[in-house]
Amino acid sequence: MAEALSRPGKARLGRLFVYGCLVVVALLYLMPLWVMVVTSLKPLDEIYGGSFIGVPKVVTLDAWRAAWSEACIGTECTGLKPYFVNSLLMVIPAVALSTGIGAINGYILTKWRFPGANFVFGLLLFGCFLPYQAILIPMARTLGLLGLAGSIPGLVAVHASYGICFTTLFFRNYFVSLPDELTKAAMVDGAGFFRIFWSVILPTSIPIIVVSCIWQFTQIWNDFLFGVSFTSGSSSPITVALNNIVNVTTGRKQYNVDMAAAMIAAIPTLVVYIVAGRYFVRGLTAGAVKG
Amino acid sequence: MSTLEIDRVRKAYGHLEVLKEVSISIGTGDFLVLLGPSGCGKSTLLNMIAGLESITGGEIRIAGKTVNDLSPKDRDIAMVFQSYALYPTMTVRQNIEFGMKIRRIAQADRDRAVKTASDLLQITHLLDRKPSQLSGGQRQRVAMGRAIVREPKLFLFDEPLSNLDAKLRVDMRTEIKRLHARLGTTIVYVTHDQIEAMTLATRVAVMKDGVVQQLDEPQAVYDRPANVYVARFVGSPAMNIVPAVLEAEGSTATAVIDIARRPAARIAGISLSAEALRRYAGRKVLVGIRPENFSIATKSAASALTVDFDVVEPTGPDTLAVFQLGGVEVTARLPPRQARAGREAALAVDTSKIVLFDSETETRID
Amino acid sequence: MSASTRMSSRLAGWLPRIVVAPSLLVVIVTVYLFILWTGVISVTSSKFVPTYDFVGLEQYVRLWATPRWHTAVANLFIFSALFLALSTGLGLLMAILLDQNIRAEGALRAIYLYPMALSFIVTGTAWKWIMNPGLGVQKVVNDLGWTDFRFDWITNPDMAIYTVVVAGVWQSSGFAMAIFLAGLRGIDNSVIKAAQIEGASLPLIYRQIIIPMLRPAMLSVIVLLSYIAIKSFDLVLALTNGGPGTATELPSTFMFSATFRRNQMGVGAASAVMMLMTVAAIIVPYLYSELRSENNG
Ligand SMILES: Nc1ncnc2c1ncn2[C@@H]1O[C@H](COP(=O)(O)OP(=O)(O)OP(=O)(O)O)[C@@H](O)[C@H]1O
Ligand SMILES: [Mg+2]
Repeated sequence: MAEALSRPGKARLGRLFVYGCLVVVALLYLMPLWVMVVTSLKPLDEIYGGSFIGVPKVVTLDAWRAAWSEACIGTECTGLKPYFVNSLLMVIPAVALSTGIGAINGYILTKWRFPGANFVFGLLLFGCFLPYQAILIPMARTLGLLGLAGSIPGLVAVHASYGICFTTLFFRNYFVSLPDELTKAAMVDGAGFFRIFWSVILPTSIPIIVVSCIWQFTQIWNDFLFGVSFTSGSSSPITVALNNIVNVTTGRKQYNVDMAAAMIAAIPTLVVYIVAGRYFVRGLTAGAVKG
Repeated sequence: MSTLEIDRVRKAYGHLEVLKEVSISIGTGDFLVLLGPSGCGKSTLLNMIAGLESITGGEIRIAGKTVNDLSPKDRDIAMVFQSYALYPTMTVRQNIEFGMKIRRIAQADRDRAVKTASDLLQITHLLDRKPSQLSGGQRQRVAMGRAIVREPKLFLFDEPLSNLDAKLRVDMRTEIKRLHARLGTTIVYVTHDQIEAMTLATRVAVMKDGVVQQLDEPQAVYDRPANVYVARFVGSPAMNIVPAVLEAEGSTATAVIDIARRPAARIAGISLSAEALRRYAGRKVLVGIRPENFSIATKSAASALTVDFDVVEPTGPDTLAVFQLGGVEVTARLPPRQARAGREAALAVDTSKIVLFDSETETRID
Repeated sequence: MSASTRMSSRLAGWLPRIVVAPSLLVVIVTVYLFILWTGVISVTSSKFVPTYDFVGLEQYVRLWATPRWHTAVANLFIFSALFLALSTGLGLLMAILLDQNIRAEGALRAIYLYPMALSFIVTGTAWKWIMNPGLGVQKVVNDLGWTDFRFDWITNPDMAIYTVVVAGVWQSSGFAMAIFLAGLRGIDNSVIKAAQIEGASLPLIYRQIIIPMLRPAMLSVIVLLSYIAIKSFDLVLALTNGGPGTATELPSTFMFSATFRRNQMGVGAASAVMMLMTVAAIIVPYLYSELRSENNG
């Protein structure tokens, strides 16, 4: 009897514990974002005087304005605006190129298999796990030889090249699950290589196109290594510019501007994540090869 | 004219030989069924006829024309797949039209063809739906509609009914048969279901391990199987294959079969060619008896077998009785309520339907 | 039959290979040829620009004689071990808790995972601020009355590497959680029911049955997190810039500063080759087994 009574009680206690843990962890995970937001909205005096975690007493967008259009990066005091544009100019063509090429590669590697197709896939797959330090020097030299050093098109080429590895993986894994009979039926109907791709395969692959675009967008937008290695000055992407702002050592440190700048750099990927988180997660777990 | 000739066709994947010198030839309007167990190479052969797989050796001719190097679209064929392979993002109408669009057929002609086919298959009300909104049987019809509008020389079907439930499968079987009668087009149809083969085919090719075991009319395959494999594969329950010793008695043969705890049974009056009789007299053979060729013996019957029924399975129209004969398990199909498990019974055999096989090569003896 | 149809069908047979060839070429050049190129530079005396004179393994000898590289390698071990253990543990725990029919599961999952959408530069910037002893956590706790409280890891050379661990775990444990959760969802429910009928308690079921069944997910998590750990670069740069001094140097930052800041391209290339070999030792067997099991299944 006593046991029968205590069991539901125990179960409720257990659930309370589970929820408690989950909420505490969630608060810890949200804390940095919270700190970034509130700091970016505080005037500098309040930051040096008050607590870093508290709600701002005075809310001001001055830091955001400064980060966007006034802060100094190197010797130029243009704010993040031009670098934000740089990142956009880099990310859009690179995403489009790598996704398009990845789609057609995935199509070939699943529906038009040729001897050695698996080997080709293996070659591409290893590219996903390449530590980029191993190609940094030759890439810098090659970009120099091609006259692309320090330019946005150069960065686009670099990101598109290494992006192909990931996008091919995404599309291949997706197309593997489409029945081969679909292509066969289209062949009997008289459709050729490109017609089948365009009219039969691509219309079915909207979800994986979204995954690929989101993944590539996030990766390329967030990249720092290629940006810092292959560009300088006014052609840098936003991550490099952000790092420069933050590492300015002269004068009183403007933490509110730093945080606003970090937020500006983070907003595009955060928006993508909030709008299309489901697809983002799929891209992430597809990194585990089979997905 | 739309004949199909498969002439010593071979297929190998690397060192793996999937088809070994397959030769089949059928005439205009024939319904050829490729029958065989999973993995015997039926789909491979069908894909080679369609041009979806390359031909390792030999030749395939459609309407007298060699098609080895032609791509599928130039072979004048249409194909229905096991998974239907409907284009998931297109409506039923677009699915049916797709091939015609590629062949740049005028809109008016396309509409007419779609109408004819959808009327024939009773899918007119489904034309604006997507495949995901259709039932299995409806998808099946759409896939056939897609094939019909091509008006091909040759229809190819790869296990088109195997994804349907039992009831629907029987309905669609009848429908395909009706369609064949109506259109009169030559058909090649792959299945591993021997009932489908029996009901649909005008010619059956029984395959095993990439070799055609027998190519004949369905009834001939049933009555005179070329070997033990075919005998067991076609018919359900399968033909009983019983070891026996053959004795010549005048111009006919007698099969002597051991029965446990009883004197040997003698089935007399089996007709056989004189030459075969001479060759096999006194030797071991395999006796093939279809379950329905047993019957309860009347008292006076001469060559009756006395057996003990182990298991009795009523199926409704008749009862299957299982017993031991010649050291193997044998099934007899008897009228209902005439057999009881654990009882002794006398059975007569229709000797005119008996088929004899060589005990070593397992091929039929005539 | 006409010769032209035969020609065109032969061309059609080659078309896929022709279309895939440029990508393959790009990858062969930018991955494999460039690796080779880096390898070549690592056996030359290159300093500011590549010079192609063979000096044998001199740069490797010099690399391993550099105290800074030893710091980097030691840090990599500390960082990887802690980062892996904490991210995996935390990820698994959160996945299991989230798998208990939680009401707001979608929202919680989104919260755990959003750091993964951020750039490491952003993460580094945020945590640098939070762990700033003068204004961050330490100050808040001090202001609350615990005036002796010290949290100055970021300026303490002995502790700075752990700040990188904290920020890294914050960023990546959600990723581990996502893979584990997918693994948990893939487990057949009837197994758990069967065990419950036998009277096993929930913790026991997890320890004895479910966690062992998560082995493939575990393998994926460990391999992918190791890869993230080895290539971590931006996080360190943004958080500590390798400092104080060289206290948080990692092979990735070492390679970068040797090549682009200190004009030791040969040493940089040698360190890159060491990194590549470490990654390959982990990734190649993993990819091999993944592809093989895929072909068999
Ligand atoms: N691409 C390939 N590479 C190697 N072997 C193959 C390939 N395709 C088919 N095979 C082999 O060829 C044999 C015949 O295959 P096929 O698909 O023709 O069988 P099937 O008779 O249609 O069987 P099912 O009834 O299961 O469809 C099988 O043993 C199969 O393993
Ligand atoms: Mg088949």
